[in-house]
Amino acid sequence: MKRKSRAAEKAIELAIALVAMSTIASILLIFLFVMREALPIFTSLKVQKEASLARFFTTTIWQPVSDWPRYGFAPLILGTFKITFVALLFAIPLGVGAALFTSEFAPRRAKEFLKPIVEILAGIPSVVLGFFALIVLASFLQRVLGYGSRLNTFNAGIALGFAVIPTIFTISEDALTAVPKSLREASLALGADPWQTAWRVTLPAAQTGILASILLGLGRAIGETMIVLMASGNASLFTASVFDSTRSLSATIAAELGEVVFGDPHYNTLYFIGTLLFTMTFFVNLGASLMVDRLKRKLAGKL
Amino acid sequence: MKKMMIILLALGLLAGSALAKRITVKGSDTMLLLGQRWAEEYMKAHPDATIQVTGGGSGVGISALINGATDICEASRPMSSSEKDKLKDRFFTTGVEIPVAKDGVTFYLNEANPVAELTLDQIKDIYTGKVTNWKQLGGEDAKIVAYGRENSSGTYVFVKDNILRGADYSPGTQTLPGTAAVVNAVAKDKYGIGYGGAAYAKGVKQAKVKKDAGSPGYEPTEANVKAKLYPVSRDLYWYVKESPTGEIKRLVDWVLSPAGQSIVTRVGYFPVK
Repeated sequence: MKRKSRAAEKAIELAIALVAMSTIASILLIFLFVMREALPIFTSLKVQKEASLARFFTTTIWQPVSDWPRYGFAPLILGTFKITFVALLFAIPLGVGAALFTSEFAPRRAKEFLKPIVEILAGIPSVVLGFFALIVLASFLQRVLGYGSRLNTFNAGIALGFAVIPTIFTISEDALTAVPKSLREASLALGADPWQTAWRVTLPAAQTGILASILLGLGRAIGETMIVLMASGNASLFTASVFDSTRSLSATIAAELGEVVFGDPHYNTLYFIGTLLFTMTFFVNLGASLMVDRLKRKLAGKL
Repeated sequence: MKKMMIILLALGLLAGSALAKRITVKGSDTMLLLGQRWAEEYMKAHPDATIQVTGGGSGVGISALINGATDICEASRPMSSSEKDKLKDRFFTTGVEIPVAKDGVTFYLNEANPVAELTLDQIKDIYTGKVTNWKQLGGEDAKIVAYGRENSSGTYVFVKDNILRGADYSPGTQTLPGTAAVVNAVAKDKYGIGYGGAAYAKGVKQAKVKKDAGSPGYEPTEANVKAKLYPVSRDLYWYVKESPTGEIKRLVDWVLSPAGQSIVTRVGYFPVK
């Protein structure tokens, strides 16, 4: 009997291990598939006539449907960074500030409903946020700021910020709460007031975690598609102003992949953009995980 | 156990027979509304038929036809020769083109915009970026915000071929997913201009289009489109791989019948005949 249950346990263990492995394997396979579809850019001379690495970076024009197709990545990469920049500029102070308030100053009662409420924000589908930005936010911001183009980088960035805030808030709050009580008590005992303690002691102690939360927010912002597609106007302009319309890498894939026929240079180029995005978010998220890991060990006193 | 098997078998058969009659229609966003109305009415008259209509853009529909993923493709532009070649490579046929309705590509303006008439050249200059201020067109001193569609849209290609005469859109043209989004943007943007099917023009003004500076401007009304007075009219098509037979033929015949064509008028387009 005992033997039998041990065998069963082994079998269950094996099954769980297999499930875990298949998850990793499928992610790997997805990445390989995306890369494979992008490969002709490097191997096929026919594709290279239109789309090659050199061509991607020597023009600032993105005009794939043309008698003379040009695939300049510059406006798309710049667009992605501009939107991400605005989103983080908006989301970091709000996210970290809210986390600081919740963990350090809010009475326990308030804490109990504040955190879940901010986390509900994370559950809003991005298409809803995008639609809100397209209809309401864009008109509001234009009225307040009076710029010419209604759908633009700034509008998309703010809408994206709403999607990023929960990520930054949750992880920052966890990091702040994890700071040992003894640190705070020592600071208060030395005569610092609660604000000085929060700002000068708790926040610096949790900085690795906060940085990690920002990196995870960055990863989310770079890859987010629906909000940007709906709110940014998608004009492939190569300008520095955040009040111009802009086109991001992810929105370009979403908007154009439906149209292309297999094997077209345009098709391969879109998959190349996919590879680029995948790699970017992978490294950003990897950096964030490493930081969280370090923080955990530091707080456990192992570093 | 046996009972279960029988039920499963019955379900399988049911699903099988439903699949046999299901017709998929895919393509132009401009024609999505029209296709859906047709499907609803047709299914009401023929309860045994199932028609599934989806949009995505003419390019998407044609790709689906080439990839064998749809029975009927809706397109607001004719198939290009390269697309016909691709279809030929796969199915040894260049497809069958069936004009099912007529449409005037409408240029939407905000209702508060004093500009009401545009020549074809002016529209071309707006979308290629040569003209950037309404003052140059007799309007207020404000920047023109040009809205367009994604390059998977048939209207995108139609405007590019027929009005820009092949020239590229200016990179400043904002592209939005779907005609409804374009109309919405223009309705909210005093200095916006957009294009799309006449059926979608709600809450915006339709620009009167002039062939050139000397000729009168026409609105895209049925009479003007039929009389070929409105300078930017086009046919809307259905594409099938080969001469329709059976269930698909029955549907195509019905769409071209007076009953089918009356829906065209109701949706806001114009009948073929």
